[in-house]
Amino acid sequence: MTNDSDLKTTPLHSMHKELGGKLVPFAGWHMPIQFKGVMEEHKCVRDGVGIFDVSHMGEIEITGPDAKKLIQYLVTNDIESMQNNQALYTLMCLETGGVVDDLLVHRFSDDHYFLCVNASNSDKDFQWILKNAGDFNAVVKNTSQETAQLAVQGKHSEALLQKLCDISLSEIEYYHFRKGKIHNFECILARTGYTGEDGFEVYLDSKHAESAYKALIEEGKSFNLQPIGLGARDTLRMEMGYALYGNELNENCNPFEAGLGWVIKLQKDDFLGKAALKKQKDAGLSRKLVGIRLLDRGVLRPHYRVLSEGSPVGELTSGTFSPSLNTGIGLCYVSTEYAKLGTKLDVEIRKLNVPAEVVKPPFLPSRIKKS
Amino acid sequence: MEVPENLLYTQEHEWVRVDGKKAVVGITQFAQEQLGDIVFVELPEVGTLIEQESPFGVVESVKTVSDLYAPVSGTVTASNKDLEAHPEQVNSEPYGTGWIIEIEVSDEKELEKLMSPDDYTEQCNKEQG
Repeated sequence: MTNDSDLKTTPLHSMHKELGGKLVPFAGWHMPIQFKGVMEEHKCVRDGVGIFDVSHMGEIEITGPDAKKLIQYLVTNDIESMQNNQALYTLMCLETGGVVDDLLVHRFSDDHYFLCVNASNSDKDFQWILKNAGDFNAVVKNTSQETAQLAVQGKHSEALLQKLCDISLSEIEYYHFRKGKIHNFECILARTGYTGEDGFEVYLDSKHAESAYKALIEEGKSFNLQPIGLGARDTLRMEMGYALYGNELNENCNPFEAGLGWVIKLQKDDFLGKAALKKQKDAGLSRKLVGIRLLDRGVLRPHYRVLSEGSPVGELTSGTFSPSLNTGIGLCYVSTEYAKLGTKLDVEIRKLNVPAEVVKPPFLPSRIKKS
Repeated sequence: MEVPENLLYTQEHEWVRVDGKKAVVGITQFAQEQLGDIVFVELPEVGTLIEQESPFGVVESVKTVSDLYAPVSGTVTASNKDLEAHPEQVNSEPYGTGWIIEIEVSDEKELEKLMSPDDYTEQCNKEQG
């Protein structure tokens, strides 16, 4: 068992305890899994606004004359046409096409970017980038330690943040960001998220995280804002069918099968994994990641077996209970013959075959504010 | 923490209310708090024979699956079907509408193995650290 004292903590660790958070080990961090309860927190974000401490996420800053060239070489998406203050979702792949991580690229300018990467991968990503940065005139800096990240998500997130913010948030479009101040603390406000609701991810100096968080909690009272734990973060992302590194994605997966072909731009110049990914694309899909929804009430869990007429066809990579749909939902790689929407399958739950069907994620409509 | 005086308890956090040959079973306030929001309860059919200390059903919260253990051996005479649609009653009223099954006790001597409210309270305090 991991000793809690070996775990890393975010600048909001004592706030979480004060607010009644139940803290558990997660990817080497001591993080709140819940406050009032997963169901209530989930509904709070779907119906209003919630605040998440996601300071465990990693941030890597890349600067210098070759910053753009280096990132183009590292990631599968095309950053060439990115504007200043724009964010882009992408993958970073091995030469084999396996996924090192999925991440967001933020562009300040031609020679200044920052990446937001998964907590569990941040050290690995940093080493990977350093290893591949040798021929580029760029400086790579791991700023995870000094950067805190808050996610404010839900339809009232803009109204709440605007009360404390000195810039006009309505001018920030989806997948764009601006520098601004919250409660006089400098931060980066990005209209991004992992919930399927409108919302912002706010990056700021760790030193100011607690004061900014307190100000948001206080101001949030009139919006019925609640602190949200990792439990609801997972049910919210699952209802959107968003992939999670370590579950759907890993160094051996085929990202086309994961449905992420849209962030792989094979027409751009050489980048890590290009040859392997081209081969995968040319070969076509034999398997596909699909949504699985139980037809009766139940809960799905990772690794549950999925069957067709008694024969195994796959294993869930993620599974949970959807508070919005009141039943079990999951994600599973199946061969394309079982991937058709509406295909009737069974999920083995404690040796019983429970009826389910194939659906196309998201499991419920996303309400992100695309312009 | 609520530990009613009129009930007996198991180490696995079930409670038992004994009334003659019948025993009603549920999970404790402490247990439901530890589990968090309960979203699914798997109940045994009426008529099922269950054995002391063996699993007879399952409660699931969003994050975890937890077996239910029979406090005494016997035959299931009723199961709380309301929990199929409203499993959250186990959270809101663990000693009331959140009851799980009723058993006809086959061997009353087995009740001697169960814990008193005081002993159970002590166990919970220890587990909480």
